[in-house]
Amino acid sequence: MSAYRDKDPRIHGIQTTIRVVPNFPKQGIMFQDITTLLLDPKAFKDTIDLFVERYKDKNISVVAGIEARGFIFGPPIALAIGAKFVPLRKPRKLPGEVISEQYELEYGRDCLQMHVGAVEPGERALVVDDLIATGGTLCAAMKLLEQVGAEVVECACVIEVPDLKGRERLNGKPLYVLVESH
Amino acid sequence: MAAQGDQDPRIARISSAIRVIPDFPKKGIMFQDITTLLLDTKAFRDTIDLFVERYRDKDISVVAGVEARGFIFGPPIALALGAKFVPLRKPKKLPGEVISEEYSLEYGTDKIEMHVGAVQPGERALVIDDLIATGGTLCAAIKLLERVGVHVVECACVIELPELKVCIPIISNTNMLSEL
Repeated sequence: MSAYRDKDPRIHGIQTTIRVVPNFPKQGIMFQDITTLLLDPKAFKDTIDLFVERYKDKNISVVAGIEARGFIFGPPIALAIGAKFVPLRKPRKLPGEVISEQYELEYGRDCLQMHVGAVEPGERALVVDDLIATGGTLCAAMKLLEQVGAEVVECACVIEVPDLKGRERLNGKPLYVLVESH
Repeated sequence: MAAQGDQDPRIARISSAIRVIPDFPKKGIMFQDITTLLLDTKAFRDTIDLFVERYRDKDISVVAGVEARGFIFGPPIALALGAKFVPLRKPKKLPGEVISEEYSLEYGTDKIEMHVGAVQPGERALVIDDLIATGGTLCAAIKLLERVGVHVVECACVIELPELKVCIPIISNTNMLSEL
C-alpha cells in the first residue's frame, strides 16, 4: 500500500524534494537522498503528517526506528501519536543489555540490536526507516520486536524501491510507503 | 546556562528518566543513556517542548543535528520551529558533495561532514546533540556551519557533563544551553 498510489496531493511535493545521487555508495546504485526533503519544512511536515494520520487511531504504543535515518522520521511520528520511540542500532552502540538479530548483506552479514526491556509483550509497534530496498534490515527489525512478544502492526518507509522486492521479504507484514522509486 | 538552575518542573522527570550505565564504552565512563527517556512519552515530549519554547521567537532557520543521537532530538525541534533539519554525519555517509571538519579525540582524530548547499550564508542555526562532554564534536559542528557563513545562535543539548568543561572556552562566543 502506498500513498503514492492514493495520490494524496502532498505526495508530489515530497517526491520532488528527494534527490537521486548516482553511483553511491558504489557504481550502479541510484541513491535516494532524503536530506533534501529535510531542507523543505513543508515537505518534511507533510511526510510526518501522512504517517501520523494513518496511525494515530491504531493504538500503537511503540515506534521502532532503524539507525540512522529511521531516527529522523521515527521520533516525530512517536511524539505525535503518543508512543515510545525505540532505536534499533548497529552492534555495540547501545550501552545496556541488548538482544540481537543477524541479517544477510550482499556480501556477508550485519546485525541489529535493541535494548532489553524497551518493549513489553503485547505492545503494538511500527517499524520506521527512510527506505526499503531488499527488506533485509526491516525483516531483522520485525524479528527483534517479535522476539520480545510485540506485534508489528506495519512497516512504514518514505521510499520503496519496488524492483528489489523488499515487500515480499516481510513475511506478509503490511508495508506502507509514501513514494516509489523506479 | 542550564534550565536546571531555574528548575522548570518538567526537568525532574526528564532527569530521572535518563539511565546511567557504568563502564560503557570502557571502564571508568558513566554513560548517560537517553534511550530510557525516549520510552517515557511525557518526558520526551517535555524535552522537546523546553527547547521549542526557548527558540520559537528567535528566527532560527536551521537545526543541525549531530549523528546519531542528535537525529532523535533535532527533527522534532526543527518541525516545531518551521526550520530545516541538517544532519551532520561521520565520513562517507552523506551521498552528495560534502564539506568536512576534523576534530581531536583522546587518541587520534575524527571528522564530521555536511552537504554542500544545505545551508546558506546568513542563516541562523542551532546545533543539537544529546550530550556535551568535552565539546570537541560540537566545536567541529559550529566550525562547519560558520565556514559557510551561518550564524550559530546556540548549541542545545539534553545533558551537560560539567566536570568535562575543558573545551568550553573554545566555543565561548557561542552560547551553550543544556537541560541537566
